[in-house]
Amino acid sequence: MEIIKIATAGSVDDGKSTLIGRLLYETDSLKTDQLEHIKSKSESRGFDYLDLSLATDGLLTEREQGITIDVSHIFFSTPKRRFIIADSPGHVEYTRNMVTGASTAQASILLLDARKGMVEQTRRHLYINQILGIQHLVFAINKMDLVDFDRHRFIEIKNEVNEWLKSASMKVQSIDFVPISALQGDNVTTPSKKMPWYDSLTLLERLENIPTISSLQDDSLLQVQYVLRPKTARHHDYRGFSGKVNSGSFQVGDKIVVYPSGRSSQIKRLEKHGIEVRQAKEGENTTILLEDEVDISRGNSICNANNKLSITKQVKAEVCWMQDAALVAGAKYWLQLGVQRVQIKVRRVVNRLDLNQLIAEPTTSLGLNDIGNIEFVTAQEIVCKPFLENKGLGAFILIDAQTNNTSGVGFIR
Amino acid sequence: MDVLNHLEEESIYILREVAGQFDNPCLLFSGGKDSITLVRLAEKAFAPSKIPFPLVHVDTGHNFPETLQFRDDLVAELDAKLIVGHVQDDIDAGLSQDETGRYASRNALQTTTLLNLIEKHKFDACIGGARRDEEKARAKERIFSVRDDFGQWNEKLQRPELFDMLNGKIHSGENVRTFPISNWTELDVWNYIQREQLQIPSLYYAHKRDVFNRDGLWIPVSDYVKMGENDEVVSTNVRFRTVGDMTCTAAVLSEAFELENIIKEIGSSTFSERGARIDDKRSEGAMEERKKVGYF
Repeated sequence: MEIIKIATAGSVDDGKSTLIGRLLYETDSLKTDQLEHIKSKSESRGFDYLDLSLATDGLLTEREQGITIDVSHIFFSTPKRRFIIADSPGHVEYTRNMVTGASTAQASILLLDARKGMVEQTRRHLYINQILGIQHLVFAINKMDLVDFDRHRFIEIKNEVNEWLKSASMKVQSIDFVPISALQGDNVTTPSKKMPWYDSLTLLERLENIPTISSLQDDSLLQVQYVLRPKTARHHDYRGFSGKVNSGSFQVGDKIVVYPSGRSSQIKRLEKHGIEVRQAKEGENTTILLEDEVDISRGNSICNANNKLSITKQVKAEVCWMQDAALVAGAKYWLQLGVQRVQIKVRRVVNRLDLNQLIAEPTTSLGLNDIGNIEFVTAQEIVCKPFLENKGLGAFILIDAQTNNTSGVGFIR
Repeated sequence: MDVLNHLEEESIYILREVAGQFDNPCLLFSGGKDSITLVRLAEKAFAPSKIPFPLVHVDTGHNFPETLQFRDDLVAELDAKLIVGHVQDDIDAGLSQDETGRYASRNALQTTTLLNLIEKHKFDACIGGARRDEEKARAKERIFSVRDDFGQWNEKLQRPELFDMLNGKIHSGENVRTFPISNWTELDVWNYIQREQLQIPSLYYAHKRDVFNRDGLWIPVSDYVKMGENDEVVSTNVRFRTVGDMTCTAAVLSEAFELENIIKEIGSSTFSERGARIDDKRSEGAMEERKKVGYF
């Protein structure tokens, strides 16, 4: 069984809570006390059905209390997969939460009200998906019960979405549409009897079939997290460079280059948890031992010599700003790209995206929840790549030098 | 990648980030299954080096003797450094005060002792075994959670966590609680214990013990728990789902003498077994409330 993380965003009234509740209920993921709570509350409200939106009740209370609205992670499993749903509110003022929640997602569920079709929020959600390079989109056309389960309405919305994606030149690996009624349980986990015209997968089946391996990145690269020096009698001269294989793979004997120093060597030995291995693949933690004594410290990158990577001090990026204090030209921040950390100075704020119209307009500063393009210079050379070519080398966070808070996230263009 | 491998890789990455970003981290070790899992992950993350930080145990003085024995054996086996903070010392120094009454427990007093330890040893990061599935409030806990000078969780200090990038930059005096097994469930921990053949304190297995029933909870008989006049001691097969202080850890009736049976018991989805678990949890929550009332 594998884990897949799916992002979703939307407002309270589009049926998202009901959909999540329905998924939890029908995959038998609700605990007995939660179910009892839903039953008694539904009865006391005079419903003749279970109000499954109550499954995420805790979150709603939190909203009412005005505590920082955040991303919550909802877990459920089927025999095929474990799902982590990263759920965040969809309004403009929660853009940063949406970006945070979706940053590790492999797919997105976009919930549309069958009566309304695409709305402003859908477009914003799609734009964020595009920034993050999410490759699988599932459009759940909800509230089909309110349009008499009409096939034509479903096709109309499907066409509307497809045309918009085309006009915005958004390219992804897969786009799927499922007509559902979260309230009545149609096509969520069981095929709907009321929509015999739809003979494809239910929403859950669709989610179970999204490919989880989407990486096409072939640069073999590891950022050093920690240098292991046991200094024991048995491991006297041992110097191991530990880290997670960011992309590609490493094998014993591979010729490597270290960035930013440019020094080269060859892999003498690879270890995983102290045990010798022949190969280390993307996503695995490993320890590399080299033939030569090369000076390598935390944040340096070890790359296969066949991959040509470049180092630079001048960077152009699109950022999503996450703190109150604005981002302006001349400001200094710490940049963390993977595990490398350097100081940067903002040279120029190029533009800011109007999140309603999705049009970029020139500006000189970015405020909380703004998305825009900036240019900056780094204090030392860094190894990076455009985000859409290599996610691990293209995404970074900016850290406020005074407060140490994470102030924004950026994507190298 | 299968679930346990996926979770293991994620946790090892986090542990290496802690070691890489902080000068003086420590691992909070309670002797429970979650901290035992953490120790194994740390072993793997830094092999063939020894675990590059000490284990810190806050001893309430009311621990099960089995837990303390287990702790000492594990530390000896790993050749790790152990730092123990005694709640009793802080009580003697007038920094803490024992609760009184029927539900008196030293659970809350651990905080004072922990904060004193952090200050004394200048720890800038504490590695803990909290999991997001434990309770709703924890579902939003960060992997790196910044605490101020007073050890307080400040909502404004909570940092968004994007991709796998963890920001552990802090001012001197601040401290970060780090949670490498955030995304594990209780069942994942048990499956991992089985896969890695980890030793766990005998308390987790079903055993015969003197207990009495209070408000639906099976409380172990010990010198530290005040029994009421009507409380009736019975000797029966029980096991513990969490291993904490003897005053606040209740047992569950169980015939799970082996690991496979514990996993079956926890993983089972039949109504009654699940129901029993929920009762257990619910009562834990109720007990929490009582403790608050007793405390204030």
